[in-house]
Amino acid sequence: MAAVILADVRPRYLSCGDTAFTVEFGNEIAPGINARVMALHAAIAARQAEGGLTGLVETVPTMRSLMVTYDPLATTRAALQPAIDALVGDGPAARLAGRRVRVPCCYEGEDFAPDLADVAARAKLSPAEVVERHLASAFTVYVLGFMPGLAYVAGLDPTLYLPRRSEPRVRVPRSSVAIAMDMTTIYPFESPGGWHLIGRTPLRLFDQRRQHPVLLAPGDRLVFERIDRAAFSRLDARVTEGTLDWTDLIEAA
Amino acid sequence: MTAHLLVRRAGLFDTFQDLGRIGFMALGMPTAGAMDRVGLRLANALAGNPADTAALELGVMGPELEVQAASLRVGLVGPITADLVDNPDASPVRLESDRSHLLKHGQILRLGMIDGTSTAYLAASGGFALPAFMGSRSTYSRAGVGGYEGRKLAAGDRLPLALASAPVRDELRLAAPFDYGSGPIRVVLGPQEDYFTEAGIAAFLGGPYRVSREADRMGIRLEGPKIEHAKGADIISDGIAPGAIQVPGAGQPIVMLADRQTVGGYPKIATVASVDLPRLGRALPGAEFRFSAVSVEEAETLRAEQEGRIARAIAGLVVARPPGGIDTARLYDSNLIDGVVFEATPTSPRRSAR
Repeated sequence: MAAVILADVRPRYLSCGDTAFTVEFGNEIAPGINARVMALHAAIAARQAEGGLTGLVETVPTMRSLMVTYDPLATTRAALQPAIDALVGDGPAARLAGRRVRVPCCYEGEDFAPDLADVAARAKLSPAEVVERHLASAFTVYVLGFMPGLAYVAGLDPTLYLPRRSEPRVRVPRSSVAIAMDMTTIYPFESPGGWHLIGRTPLRLFDQRRQHPVLLAPGDRLVFERIDRAAFSRLDARVTEGTLDWTDLIEAA
Repeated sequence: MTAHLLVRRAGLFDTFQDLGRIGFMALGMPTAGAMDRVGLRLANALAGNPADTAALELGVMGPELEVQAASLRVGLVGPITADLVDNPDASPVRLESDRSHLLKHGQILRLGMIDGTSTAYLAASGGFALPAFMGSRSTYSRAGVGGYEGRKLAAGDRLPLALASAPVRDELRLAAPFDYGSGPIRVVLGPQEDYFTEAGIAAFLGGPYRVSREADRMGIRLEGPKIEHAKGADIISDGIAPGAIQVPGAGQPIVMLADRQTVGGYPKIATVASVDLPRLGRALPGAEFRFSAVSVEEAETLRAEQEGRIARAIAGLVVARPPGGIDTARLYDSNLIDGVVFEATPTSPRRSAR
């Protein structure tokens, strides 16, 4: 019934300069809102495939909004926005059948989990309790973004909700497992980042050597499994060699 | 060995870039591409290439390159010091920038410091023979994809050329260095201007902001008046357009550039108008900017006007004289502009003052 009400609400249009605008369906993480985003994403792709929407470059779905980028030399905001608005609400809401993906994670050491003690203190829990609640969370991949293969994964235990760091780190190591707000994520590359680092997985979220370089997809359910440093080293070596058996970790929908 | 450029010494940050990797942001793939699309296009025009051909983007200091091809024409754009030598012990001939040059087998092109900005371009006639990844040759070094082995250049790299020798043709130069404009950087407020107080927006538009040392292809952190948030510094992540200005909790803005992530969770107070993005892409640490707000329609008009100026600069390329010769056309232009009578004494060519 919430979805019925949502479908009647027109989105907000937010300016992103003269090469993009954002179609915002809501300001919360909710399956009904995300379904509307993915539906518009698909409707635009279909209209483009028919040769429509001249000047539209690409669309970027997030949990609750769709950014539309355009070439200002080929169209204008004034021409494109009504054409997009006419597509809102069209098309089927995307229903994604996710896979079950096991993610081994080592929560030990200042290098792997530099923020674990701080997260525990702020949540008024012990570090061990933080780890247990992360392991017990029912995680689902909503969207990919930020960098190639990075997944925004909702479903974090509510006792672990924290805002991002006020100053992002300049360097977060590859495969860091992090939390912020009501989500968890895994960094595909060394990069700047503002989330709280509580562990590290030997898995790589993006690997050019794989047939499908991006590991996760929207709808996937993630199950974290605790490993120690020795198990991390063994798995990391196999990932580096390219000899890890991925079928062992991924169960089809 | 096929025709190539040998990297004898790498510059500080040399990467191949074209106009970007378009269409994969939904997988989280940043567009990358030239930090200064104007400079890239002019370099390609000087080299006789289509606008989207991948060229070397040079950051702060350029590399030393040896020509391993029968001949090679390059288009060089930006205020960079360039010397040509016939062999490692020969005395150098200074090359002007903002023009094309015909290089011969075995010659060494020594590219030095870029003066006053961060970015210059070197295009090769016919382009470089590099594989495309997801439709583009732009280097995105964080993922190790595109360009030459997905990374910046290193000594010993052999950069494959598409042509074994340069087509016969006059050398060309820009009639004048391209005017990137001065004055405030134009921005469109939003997408999250409602996350800031009136005082916060006034501080942002009051400035000035200085480019910090944390400036790279991903973005540049600015230092200046603190921008006050109205309802926290966290949003549910949404898309990041080129030039988006996000403001983390500490209240100091970050302008997101070519290698920016596709989505992010800090509120974005404004977005740099595309006309002024190349100025940010060329900015060095220490540079100071103010911002002024324009509407979407004004930003679109400014961009169209800039495209007209780029098209006129390309249509107005003039024949250049070989290095060491007297560029009478340029002297003549100078006389027309400033009314000074020049004596035709042979001097070594030098870049025009900026």
